[in-house]
Amino acid sequence: MDIECLVLGAGQEVGKSCVVVTINGKRIMFDCGMHMGYLDHQRYPDFSMISKSGEFTDSLTCIIITHFHLDHIGALPYFTEVCGYNGPIYMTYPTKALAPLMLEDYRKVMVDRRGEEEQFSSEHIVKCMKKVTAVDLKQTIQVDEDLQIRAYYAGHVLGAAMFYAKVGDAAIVYTGDYNMTPDRHLGAAQIDRLQLDVVITESTYATTYRDSKYAKEREFLKAVHKCVAGGGKVLIPTFALGRAQELCMLLDDYWERMNLKVPIYFSAGLTIQANMYYKIFINWTSKKVKDTYATRNAFDFKNVCSFDRSMINAPGPCVLFATPGMISGGFSLEVFRQWAPHEGNLVMLPGFHIKISISCCLCSKTPTQIRLDQDVFIDVRCQIHQLSFSPHTDAKGIMDLVKFLSPKHVVLVHGEKPKMAALKEKIQSELGIKCYYPANNENLCIPSTHHVKAVASDAFLQSCLCPNFKFLETSSEQDSELAITHNIAMPQLQVYDDRVCEGVLTLQRDQNPKVVNHNELMSALGIKTHEVKLAQCCEVSREFPDYRHEHIYSNMPPLLLKGKMPSQNTSHTVNSCCTSSMAGEELAAKTTTARWKLGGGFELELRFEYEIGGGAERGEMEARWWVFWDEVVLVEDGGQPVVWGLEVAGGGKGDDGT
Amino acid sequence: MELTCLSEGKGFYFPPCHIMDICGFRVLFDCPMDLSSLAIFSPLPVDANAISNDENISGSCHKYADLELNEDKGQKIDKPLDANSLICAEPQYKTITNLLLWNVSFIDVVLISRPMGMLGLPFLTRNKDFIAKVYVTEAAAKIGQLMMEDLVVMHEEFRQFYGPDARKWMNWEEIELLPLELRQIVFGADGTEFGGWVSLYSAADVKACMLKVDSLKYAEEACYNGTLILKAFSSGLDIGTCNWSITSPKGSIAYISNSIFSSATAMSCNYEALQRTDVIVYSDFSSSDAANKFDDDNNCPGAAGNNFSNLSDDDVNSKARTTLLDADEYLEEMAKLDFICSCSMDCINSGGSVLIPIGRLGIVLQLLERFALCLASENAKVPIFVISSVAEELMAFTNIIPEWFCEQWQDRLYSGQPLFSHKEMLKDGRLYLFPAIHSLELLTIWQEPCFVFCPHWSLRLGPVTHLLRRWCGDPNSLLVVEEGVDVNLALLPFKPMAIKVLQCSFLSGMKLQKSQQLLKILQPRHVLFPEKLRQHISPLETSFSFDYYSENKTIHISNPKEDSELDIEVELARRLQYTTLKQKDINILRLKGELVVERGRYRLSLGNEQVMSSQTRPMLHIGGVYSNDLLMALQKMGMKATVEEITGVGGSDNASIIHVLEPSKAVIEVREAQTLISNGDENVATLISQAVYSLLDCV
Repeated sequence: MDIECLVLGAGQEVGKSCVVVTINGKRIMFDCGMHMGYLDHQRYPDFSMISKSGEFTDSLTCIIITHFHLDHIGALPYFTEVCGYNGPIYMTYPTKALAPLMLEDYRKVMVDRRGEEEQFSSEHIVKCMKKVTAVDLKQTIQVDEDLQIRAYYAGHVLGAAMFYAKVGDAAIVYTGDYNMTPDRHLGAAQIDRLQLDVVITESTYATTYRDSKYAKEREFLKAVHKCVAGGGKVLIPTFALGRAQELCMLLDDYWERMNLKVPIYFSAGLTIQANMYYKIFINWTSKKVKDTYATRNAFDFKNVCSFDRSMINAPGPCVLFATPGMISGGFSLEVFRQWAPHEGNLVMLPGFHIKISISCCLCSKTPTQIRLDQDVFIDVRCQIHQLSFSPHTDAKGIMDLVKFLSPKHVVLVHGEKPKMAALKEKIQSELGIKCYYPANNENLCIPSTHHVKAVASDAFLQSCLCPNFKFLETSSEQDSELAITHNIAMPQLQVYDDRVCEGVLTLQRDQNPKVVNHNELMSALGIKTHEVKLAQCCEVSREFPDYRHEHIYSNMPPLLLKGKMPSQNTSHTVNSCCTSSMAGEELAAKTTTARWKLGGGFELELRFEYEIGGGAERGEMEARWWVFWDEVVLVEDGGQPVVWGLEVAGGGKGDDGT
Repeated sequence: MELTCLSEGKGFYFPPCHIMDICGFRVLFDCPMDLSSLAIFSPLPVDANAISNDENISGSCHKYADLELNEDKGQKIDKPLDANSLICAEPQYKTITNLLLWNVSFIDVVLISRPMGMLGLPFLTRNKDFIAKVYVTEAAAKIGQLMMEDLVVMHEEFRQFYGPDARKWMNWEEIELLPLELRQIVFGADGTEFGGWVSLYSAADVKACMLKVDSLKYAEEACYNGTLILKAFSSGLDIGTCNWSITSPKGSIAYISNSIFSSATAMSCNYEALQRTDVIVYSDFSSSDAANKFDDDNNCPGAAGNNFSNLSDDDVNSKARTTLLDADEYLEEMAKLDFICSCSMDCINSGGSVLIPIGRLGIVLQLLERFALCLASENAKVPIFVISSVAEELMAFTNIIPEWFCEQWQDRLYSGQPLFSHKEMLKDGRLYLFPAIHSLELLTIWQEPCFVFCPHWSLRLGPVTHLLRRWCGDPNSLLVVEEGVDVNLALLPFKPMAIKVLQCSFLSGMKLQKSQQLLKILQPRHVLFPEKLRQHISPLETSFSFDYYSENKTIHISNPKEDSELDIEVELARRLQYTTLKQKDINILRLKGELVVERGRYRLSLGNEQVMSSQTRPMLHIGGVYSNDLLMALQKMGMKATVEEITGVGGSDNASIIHVLEPSKAVIEVREAQTLISNGDENVATLISQAVYSLLDCV
């Protein structure tokens, strides 16, 4: 069966992430975001692609939300409450706690400030969140009998997770947004090495390579410090969550070190509550921050207080965090209007912005005037500083993750088309993994893994698990040569453990296929095996050298010593009977079993292989004792006494006799 | 599989301990120690007078010794039990004696089901032979670590007082002189447990132990040696406690420890995750601890069992589920907490203080909250003290683990409230956390009446001993202790007492009636049940079988699955070609590949071509050769041959010998499992062997 990826959003664009994946009949929606750049129907994914009839509950097994950003969760209340999806929804604990804040904030901005028609109400948000099952990292959740999901740390924002989903033998990972380098408050993404068919990864920075964040952080602090030192006001429009906390930690720490007393404000409400959640969910931050919880919770900001609208025009320097991050409306726009015309002030712009927002206009050039409405213009005389650190991974991070997971296929979403194309080429050429970047509403089919189920007997498994060591000694010449060319010390001895599992698979009607060991066929299944041997008879006269007698006798089990011994230094005329066990015609010629019957009550048989042609001296020999009460059979190759590695069954292993 | 119960444990603070052999791996469940036996030691004296008392004790010992010497030929008289008969020495700790019989290096995995279950762990991990992997849930690991650290700190007080000579009391003569009650604790009920007494581990041991612990989330998969998949699921008993699910190629096992289905604080028991396991090890002894409740329980299960026989499976399940999840237990628990709260408030109002030495984190959190509410409603300014070396860390920790709490508390979080009001209470001086009773800050802030939460529940260690000494004469004060502790013995050193004592039992496992419903829902194939509880459950008409285990006896269980599951990769399977056997209706083929063991599953993959082709076993021939068939086949090839039948001695060694005359001479010896072709001419031999193969199936 195939894995189907239906990309409803974030295909060759950034915004409204939504991918519906069908694995072995289970249908999972990953993320349910909205596009902040559109105000019409385009802001939501086209849900009609999932089900024409609108029966979403039946057509989806579950929804998984990776993190609380609106472009990943914004359409969820609409989908559950307006479109009527009623099935299970999974997200991490912090996402469940923080998502309603984001949604409510967005709703307010839309309805209260912009006066738009509301897409969903506060009540909808509450009802929607009630349907959500919170999950912990690495917890394996059995959604139904076949579908298993698991969250891994993504490090993008608090509670961001990559999700693993497995149905039968097919498995995928949907990364959501992630960050491969730890930042001030979050750790780097972490995932197990998994057997995957598909990885669906974000590719926001598909072609960007970033260097250390510390320089960027220093730059940011310096800019802020310079501004407040000059009595200016700093406006930092941010998302209420994530970036705000990170920058705040930076500033709080810096204030502490530099002993600054300039107030840092948070635009009230949302961020204060968000900080509470950050304190509670400190286990989801980086290890360094986490370890401080007992002494002082790192999100107990010392120099931060809440802001009041009346303080906008209060004299004196200050730093203000205001939402929303894009200055698309709301409080940050209000403050921006007031502060932008003054030269001493500073506006910090977020790293990533959607094309039509003001912040984008601000970065693209240094404008002196911005057109806000039809006839409202803002004179921009303040300084503009661009924040360039981002909680998204860069191209190296994406490559590292893909290489680490080594899936069979990669699907790129959440990026810009030309950059995605470049990354696709890179993944295919460097890693040899098939890569796709479907556009919105495109349905991609990818073949999936499927195993044949069988049962295996213990004897088979045990025989497979036996080590099969081979030792290869590298000669010193080779060694030196290699050492010169590669400048590495080659190990003198190399050990190989190539295990080949061989067994017999049997298929009976109405039964699972069963794998057994060769020797078990008779006992386990009642199948009779038959041995076919070739024998050659010839007469050989041969005098046994003394040492060999000693050798053999010394290895005889005590039982044999009781019998009559052939006297030493005697010439024996013996009948040699060579049989060979057959494994195809060629081998038959090479394998010979020789027996000599000796007087004295014993028989000895040796089986050995030798090459018939040129190198007649080399061969391997395996010896076995057969005890009869009237004869001993001693074994040698037909005339040529080539005995290598004499092994005596029941005795020990002997040395070679030459 | 094999199960050996090493200890049935006793009560909440002393969980059972088992060792199990699964697929050749030895898994130890919990490693507790019996802290209730601390009762034989005297708590530290508070002042100089007590030290002189101490001398009196030894004096009295001598007196008794004399007394006994005088009557050495007569009956031994047991000393009466009083405060002076307690041992005045640095305490020793009683571990699981039966565990000492096992070689530490043979333990492969240790699974901890609750913080109490890891208190004995440093004794194991400090052994240099210890190589096992230890799995604990994250929350239990942290709480357990804090408990151990606290224990070490509290014990330090004794060490400072008595000096370094630890095992002084373990003198045979002196132990012989102890009263019967104490001797029973020292030697155990059957007199074999004397060897289990050891000196406490150090802080360094605890630290080293924690480094060997792998912590897990609920439902996180841990894989041991590629073979065993271990998962912890909430058991509802307290924060971080769990039941274990172990999946091996030979079947799945669920280890059920004390479980609560509608928990007041911790996440409730997740029994659904344990459904359809092959073997259940039932290890919730809580109903045997509350022995007097048997009579109540006895009637119910039998009746319930009969009722169910007429119902369909679904009905049984839904009914069983309602029984499991009924709110009675929860409400009962809440009522108990309310009662404690109202008693405490009465006591505060009459000018007394309340001392709560309870070691259950869940209960402490509940009471803290209730006290704060009560105080607020009465507008009383009474401080609450939590005194313990780990108080601060523990409180901070409980504030950041919302994932481990029950739904009601999580909902509080989602509705925008903080998880606990601790932070606020700490800020406005309603709650104080102190590391020790002698901290300077505490002395300046101290005010009575007050509420005090402090360790240790044994009333032998920690701040509680000092505070109890202070308040034991005050009839207005209140001491809250748990049932299950031998109160008489525990309070012995503090007598005579005027302080009120409230003894209450908290829910610490499932009732027997519920356990039967649980088993019905879980539908295992086989249940290992405590012998101790056997008489209290009525035999059920169920599809699963029972085995009963008791302490220090090993029971064997046959593996639920004889064969292991194997996944064959499609790429490999596609290359396979079946042969249908002539003799039976079986398809058969030779399989060759590379075996991968991953997360408890076997997978056969294509493997490296070069390596695969380098090793080949000889052809396998299946079937039998009949001389007449062979003769026909040879004749078809244009050979001339005759058959000669040979009968061996007793008819057992039958063989047919076919003499081939043309084109060249050959002898074919046909036996049941072997055909031997003797011939000088290679070409003819090849032809003959082809004829033989045509009669056989070759794989």
